[in-house]
Amino acid sequence: MWRRRNSQMNWNDVIFLLPEIIIATGASLLLIAPVTGLRDTASAKWSMIGVLAITAASLIACSWAVVDLPQTKAFGRMFALDGFSIFFKLLFIGAIAVIVLLSDDFLRETRYSTWEYYSLLAFALCGMMFMASGIHLATIYIGLELLSLSSYILAGYFKNEQKSTEAAMKYFVLGAVSSGILLYGISLIYGVCGSLNLFDIARAMSTIVTNDALMFGIILLACGLCFKIAAVPFHVWTPDVYEGAPTPITAFLSTASKAAAFAIFARIFYTGLHDFHLAWNNVLATVSALSMIVGNLAAITQDNVKRMLAYSSIAHAGYALLGIIAMNEMGIRGVLIYTFVYVFANLGIWSIVLMMKRHEYAGEQVSDFEGLHSRAPFWAFSMFIFLLSLGGIPPTAGFIGKYFLFYAAVQAGFGWLAIIAVLMSAVSMFYYLRLVVAMYLREGKAADVATSGSLRLVAAICLVVTILFGVLPDRLVKQVDLSAGLMHVQSAVTRNAAK
Amino acid sequence: MGILNIVTYIPAIGAVLLLFFKKDNPAAIRIMATAVAVIDFVVSLYLWMKFDPKALWQFRETYEWIPSLHVKYDFGIDGISLLLIILTTFMGIIAVVSSYAAIDHRQKEYYILLLLLQTGMIGTFCALDFFLFYLFWEIMLVPMYFIIGIWGGARRLYAAIKFFLYTLAGSVLMLLSILGLYFFNTTGIDFLNIPGLHNTPSFSVLQFHEIGHLIPPSLQFWLFLGFFFGFAIKVPMFPFHTWLPDAHVEAPTAGSIILAAVLLKMGTYGFVRFALPILPDGTKQLLPWVVGLAIIGIIYGALVSLVQKDMKKLVAYSSVSHLGFVMLGMFALNPMGLKGSVLQMINHGISTGALFLLVGIIYERRHTRLIAEYGGLAKQMPMYAALFLIAALSSMGLPALNGFIGEFTILVGAANRNIWWAVFAAVGIVLGAAYLLWLYQRVFWGPLDNPKNQNVPDVNGREMGLMLALVAVMVWIGVYPKPFFEPLEEPVNYIVRKVDPTYFDRNPLVYPAAQPEHVAEAK
Repeated sequence: MWRRRNSQMNWNDVIFLLPEIIIATGASLLLIAPVTGLRDTASAKWSMIGVLAITAASLIACSWAVVDLPQTKAFGRMFALDGFSIFFKLLFIGAIAVIVLLSDDFLRETRYSTWEYYSLLAFALCGMMFMASGIHLATIYIGLELLSLSSYILAGYFKNEQKSTEAAMKYFVLGAVSSGILLYGISLIYGVCGSLNLFDIARAMSTIVTNDALMFGIILLACGLCFKIAAVPFHVWTPDVYEGAPTPITAFLSTASKAAAFAIFARIFYTGLHDFHLAWNNVLATVSALSMIVGNLAAITQDNVKRMLAYSSIAHAGYALLGIIAMNEMGIRGVLIYTFVYVFANLGIWSIVLMMKRHEYAGEQVSDFEGLHSRAPFWAFSMFIFLLSLGGIPPTAGFIGKYFLFYAAVQAGFGWLAIIAVLMSAVSMFYYLRLVVAMYLREGKAADVATSGSLRLVAAICLVVTILFGVLPDRLVKQVDLSAGLMHVQSAVTRNAAK
Repeated sequence: MGILNIVTYIPAIGAVLLLFFKKDNPAAIRIMATAVAVIDFVVSLYLWMKFDPKALWQFRETYEWIPSLHVKYDFGIDGISLLLIILTTFMGIIAVVSSYAAIDHRQKEYYILLLLLQTGMIGTFCALDFFLFYLFWEIMLVPMYFIIGIWGGARRLYAAIKFFLYTLAGSVLMLLSILGLYFFNTTGIDFLNIPGLHNTPSFSVLQFHEIGHLIPPSLQFWLFLGFFFGFAIKVPMFPFHTWLPDAHVEAPTAGSIILAAVLLKMGTYGFVRFALPILPDGTKQLLPWVVGLAIIGIIYGALVSLVQKDMKKLVAYSSVSHLGFVMLGMFALNPMGLKGSVLQMINHGISTGALFLLVGIIYERRHTRLIAEYGGLAKQMPMYAALFLIAALSSMGLPALNGFIGEFTILVGAANRNIWWAVFAAVGIVLGAAYLLWLYQRVFWGPLDNPKNQNVPDVNGREMGLMLALVAVMVWIGVYPKPFFEPLEEPVNYIVRKVDPTYFDRNPLVYPAAQPEHVAEAK
């Protein structure tokens, strides 16, 4: 045990970090594994799944172990293992496991190295886990950069495909700029508040009435984060990157990576910036309204499924922002639930898209889905349920998520935003139904579909989650109450302590 | 598991069983679907037998469903729901049997969807929890979307998506109103400076009925507006009706029958069950607008019907007109008007269902619905002509048939409120007679000059059976409507007391039996 100035660190802290240590070690091992002569894809997949399983198990074990510890802010209050972070970390691990299953057949057909691919995914996961646990802007930023760097490479993983390279290039340039903006915002906030710890920032802010530099910092921070969640007007990269990236990586970018961005967005604003709520909520409300309107309207005209889903994910970023703008208990629950149901509905859709055909860019046009119901009735039905869930139609889980967000928005006084949100979710059904029309209502063609065991497994899991939590959402809601409650209590405690 | 759940889920169970049938054996699928529909109808008749017309909410079943959201699984019916459930199960049989010949591909999926739709509709009428109601309300959309979209006419895709989006846009606004009610019942709405009642959080419709009069008028206005969009689109009322002709014209016969007979009633049912009793002030504030739209709907629908070249479109626009009547009677806000309004919902279901069935029958034979293609059919198809005449007379409100009873009661109620309403409504009745009789004249009388019509066979046994069943109900309601009015008495008085608490004090002589002290309270 050793001491360093104010912050205390001891070996007990390592237990908090165990899952991250395991995943980082696993990622490194995956990277060097081919040196030992292991080359086949199957063993890469199973190694990756094994690493993920051990990480998940250690995370659950750690969460049991730290329940009794009075404070969960390890490493000089840079890192927290609270209900919020555990919820998101388990979601990330689950999503990455699903993406591994999605990638399996896809990679087998290509000549690119699978070990590196999985290693990058594992590093991305490590970054996301740090993001979920970060209560210090430096931790969050480093986690975000680890995620982003891995994502840039993964987006360009088909290095011989022009589209993929272009996507990676666009993603990298714009991502780097946005990281710079984010960092600049962080530095301004640090300059005013004197700390990067979110609790210290909250405490410092409670004594500040108004400060232009701080406002500027918050706006820059919000811009950087809006880029990561692809909210309008920072969304232009999304359709191109989603279209160009290999499909499993698009699935990764639109689900796990996005969920991580929501996690830090919620964490920073709920824990750190809640005292300036009235200063930023109208700005974010505008961003949210624009995202919902632009995303949904632009999606209507898309014929490419990946681009359509990219625009739909822009719109979904707008919905999720409702929960952050609302700044109340239902809002934070809404962000968690919405992220959860969105990730599973989206992964389900990607699994069906991948079933369509396993060549590099096939199965991407809406017309490719024509007649799917006659070839694969069950999977067409699954796709239908996923689309309903994204559209927020009961009894799917998507409705529960939207319900929380609308509830939070109305409660917080954003009635106009809630009206836009509900009308836009009706508009969104228009383009989701285009796929349904192709699958069910167009006769004559029979879609080219090639299912495989892992894709079927993914679709089935997502289907069960989407329907189960739509019909019986009680367990999910209670779990989220628990996870979000812990975090909310913390921020409320700091608020009271400051007064 | 109580009887209401059984009635609701029999069709869904039937649909699941149908999944295991072989695709290439449509006969077995048809028999199965018919059997399910008949069983459901029989069970719903048992419901009617057991129903106590002197009490309000019956067959209540309440289970915990999502305790963390304060949502309960709450079923229960009063007389209004009862009649609509019977109508649903009855028209369910008609819809299934009328599809035997009309649906020639993907039969299995068709009957599955038809049965699922029936579960959705019955569930909507049973739900006494707003969350549950919203769930069933939205579930209904999906099967109907597919029924129009897969088995519909040439522009089916357009019609199906229009139907879906219109209804969805209305219902999400309704969802916001539901949330508003919920907030008022618990924490209040901060940004409007409306304090809440701090009751136990709940979505119970009956609880909202209790607190309705406490809601401040300004909030009632907005909440009513949200409900209005949800329900008026479904009814459909005048400016929101444009999806209806498309949906009706493109839908297969059975789809049109269900759409006209039951789905449109969802909107009027929503007004009667939720908007009126929960938001009495909102109702009164917007009453002139709603009544104005209803009257415009009556006359506009009738005038547009007059000029239609397509029979099915004519019947579709006549629905706009008839539903205008229903709305007018309802917003008279007196027992007569409301009773007539609910009865007219049933009547419209029977008569318009019959008309759509008849149009479907001729369409199956000739594959055209253009009025100009016909003429002199009475010579070739005497039975068909006779049945059509009865259905048309019922629809235009000839005494001794069902339409007369409903329209007359509505007129009495409306005249009680404002004589001019009745005058406009009467104009609508005259126009109704005009377009139906003119249609009849053009199709059935005159020379049989189109050679294509000269070999058209008359109705067969199956179609005859269906039509006779419908005609029997028309005559029954027309001659002896008491069994239908009886269960309506209590719920209608209950709604009038909610929406206009002093009504019975102001009119003690007209309704001596409906004084509050004689009335059983809601359980």
